[in-house]
Amino acid sequence: MPDTLNSFRSGPDDNGRFGIFGGRYVAETLMPLILEVEKAFRAAQNDPEFWRQWDYYAKHYVGRPSPLYFAERLTAHLGGAKIYFKRDELNHTGSHKANNCLGQVLLAKRMGKTRIIAETGAGQHGVATATFCALFDLPCTVYMGATDVERQKPNVFRMKLLGAEIVPVTSGSATLKDAMNDALRDWVANVDDTYYVIGTAAGPHPYPEMVREFQSIIGREAKEQILEAEGRLPDTLVACIGGGSNAIGLFHPFLDDKDVKIIGAEAAGRGVETGEHAAAITGGSPGVLHGNRTYLLQNEDGQIQEAHSISAGLDYPGIGPEHSWLADQGRVQYVPVTDREALDAFQLCSKIEGIIPALEPAHALAHVCKIAPDLPKDHILVMNMCGRGDKDVFSVAEHLGVEL
Amino acid sequence: MSRIAKRFADLKTQGRKGFVAYISAGDPDLETSFEILKGLPGAGADVIELGVPFTDPAADGPSVQAAGQRALKAGSSMRKVLDMVRRFREQDNETPIVLMGYFNPIYIYGCETFSRDAAAAGVDGLITVDLPPEEDSELRIPAEAAGLDIIRLTAPTTLDDRLPKVVGTASGFIYHVSITGITGTKSPTVEALKPVVDRLRRHTDLPIAIGFGVNTPAQARKIGALGDAVVVGSAIVNRVRDSLDAHGKANPGLVSDVLGLVQSLADGAHQA
Repeated sequence: MPDTLNSFRSGPDDNGRFGIFGGRYVAETLMPLILEVEKAFRAAQNDPEFWRQWDYYAKHYVGRPSPLYFAERLTAHLGGAKIYFKRDELNHTGSHKANNCLGQVLLAKRMGKTRIIAETGAGQHGVATATFCALFDLPCTVYMGATDVERQKPNVFRMKLLGAEIVPVTSGSATLKDAMNDALRDWVANVDDTYYVIGTAAGPHPYPEMVREFQSIIGREAKEQILEAEGRLPDTLVACIGGGSNAIGLFHPFLDDKDVKIIGAEAAGRGVETGEHAAAITGGSPGVLHGNRTYLLQNEDGQIQEAHSISAGLDYPGIGPEHSWLADQGRVQYVPVTDREALDAFQLCSKIEGIIPALEPAHALAHVCKIAPDLPKDHILVMNMCGRGDKDVFSVAEHLGVEL
Repeated sequence: MSRIAKRFADLKTQGRKGFVAYISAGDPDLETSFEILKGLPGAGADVIELGVPFTDPAADGPSVQAAGQRALKAGSSMRKVLDMVRRFREQDNETPIVLMGYFNPIYIYGCETFSRDAAAAGVDGLITVDLPPEEDSELRIPAEAAGLDIIRLTAPTTLDDRLPKVVGTASGFIYHVSITGITGTKSPTVEALKPVVDRLRRHTDLPIAIGFGVNTPAQARKIGALGDAVVVGSAIVNRVRDSLDAHGKANPGLVSDVLGLVQSLADGAHQA
C-alpha cells in the first residue's frame, strides 16, 4: 500500500473533494438521496458478497478479464514504442461502460430501487445500462440529446431492443450535458423508487469515486498483464477523456507508480483555437456543473458553453473532478486531439490492426501515433481501447463523404 | 432590520400571507423585464424573486428553463441583473429582492466581490439552488458579512435528521419546495403539505414561503394558508411567453398582461 501522505490515490475526502474539485452541488431534494447512495455504496464496498456477485457477472457475462494485446503491426508501422491495447472494447456491450453499469445496477437492486434512469452521449453507457436492466429485470429510461439520437442511430435501436425507453432531449444544445440535466430532473421527481446510473466519473459525490471503483478493474488487470508480458510496468499510459471514466479506470492503479507517465487525450474538435472543442482542461477553467466543481468550458459570466467533438462520447463541456485535480497536481498530462486526427487514427487502426476502434479511443490512438515514433523501441506504452467502432461507422462514412 | 425581516414582520402585524413573485431577469428582453420588475410591488408582490439565468438549470421545469434561455439570448448576465436591481432601488427601497439561481455564475463572479456588489445594488438575499449547506460556506460567509440573507430550500425529502443542518444557518426566510420535482410541474395537495410544514415549524422560527407547482389564485390561497408566503414562478413566466409575437418580441400589452396575472395571484395569496 502506498503511503497515504504521498499518495495520489487517497482521494476523495469525506466531503467528496479532490483538492478543490468534486463535492456535492445538488438541489436539496436530491441531497438526502445522494447521502443514501453514498451510505449504500460504502456498505456494498465492504461486503464480500457484493463483490462476489460483481466478479461473477464480470467474468461470465461481460467477459473479463479483457486481453492486453501487443499491437505488433501498429508498433512496426510507427517504428518506436512498443504498443499494447487494453481491449475493453471486447466487453459485452462493446465498451468499458459495462464495468460501471454492472456495479451500479447491482447497487440499485441492493437499495431496493425499482426503476433505473441514465444519460448517454454516444449511447455506449445507455446500451450498457439497458443491458443490465434487461438482465436484472428493471425498467430503464435513457435520456439522450436529440443531436446524439440522430448521429448514434444504431445504439438508439440497440437500447430499444433491450427494452429501454429513450427520451430525446431537445433543451439547450441537445447533447450529453442536456441529457444529464434532464436525467437529474427525472430523478428529483422520482426520488422514492428511482436510481440514477451516472455513466462517467463525474457528478456529485460519491459518483466520481464509485465509477472509478468499478472502472479501476481496467488498470488492475492491465498492471498484472503487463507484468506477465514484459516483467515490468509500462513507461506510458494513454486514454481518451470525455468525463474520464475509462481513463481513471486505467490510470488509478498506476497513480503512485511515479515512473509511469500518464496522458489523457481530450477532444479538441475543430481545434482548441477555434473555440469548437470539448477540451475542458486545455481550454476551460474551474466551475460548478452537474453536482461537482471541475474544469468546464464556460464564458466570463459563468454560462456553460457548448462542446464540440466528432465523438458523441467526448462531447461534454466538463470532465471528472479527479482529472481536474490530477491535472493541477501535474500527475497526469492532458493533451488535445482534433476530430481530423481521430478520424485518421480510426482508419489506420482498422486497416493495420483489424480493429475498428470507437471514435473515443481513436483520440487516444491519435496521440499514440504522435508520440510513439520518437520513443525508443523498448518503451512500453499501454493504450485503453475502451470501445469498439461499430456504432460509429455511419457517422465516419458521412465525414469521409462516403455514401452507404 | 433587513427589508426581508421588516416585510414579514409587517405582514404578520397585518395578519396577511405574503406573495412572492418570480421572474427571470432579462426575459423577454432587459428593458421589458425591468418594466415588469418595477410594476411587481404595485401588483401585489410582497417579495420579488429575481431569477438569474443559467444555461443548465437542472432543478427547473420547461417553463423556467425557457424563460432563462430567452433572457440569455437577450443578453442577460449577472452584471446586468445587478444593474436592474440598482435601477429598481432608485424608486423602491422597501420591497425585498432575492436573487434565485445556480452557483456557477456567482462562483465565476467571485463570491466576495459578488456579495459586496449584490448588497450594494440593493439585493436582500440569495437562493442558490445547487448549493446545499454542505457546500455553501464559501458563499455564505462573505454574503452574511455583506448583509445578505441566505435563504435555504427545504424539500419533502428533508427529514428531521437533516432539518437542523439546513435551517440552522439559514436567514431571511425558508423556501419550502412543496413537491419532489422540478418547478412548474406537479402541484402539492394541502393534505400532503400540512404535516411537512408542521415538521418544518418545529425546527425554525423563520417565515416559511412555499413554492413549486403553485399556478392559480385558488392554489395560492390554499397553499398560502399553510405557510407565511406563497411563491409563483412558472405561471408568471408562461404569461410572458404567451405575450410574445411570432419573432419572440414583446407584444405591446405584455407588461400589463403579466402584472394583471401577478395581481390576481397576489389577491389569492392575500385572501389566505
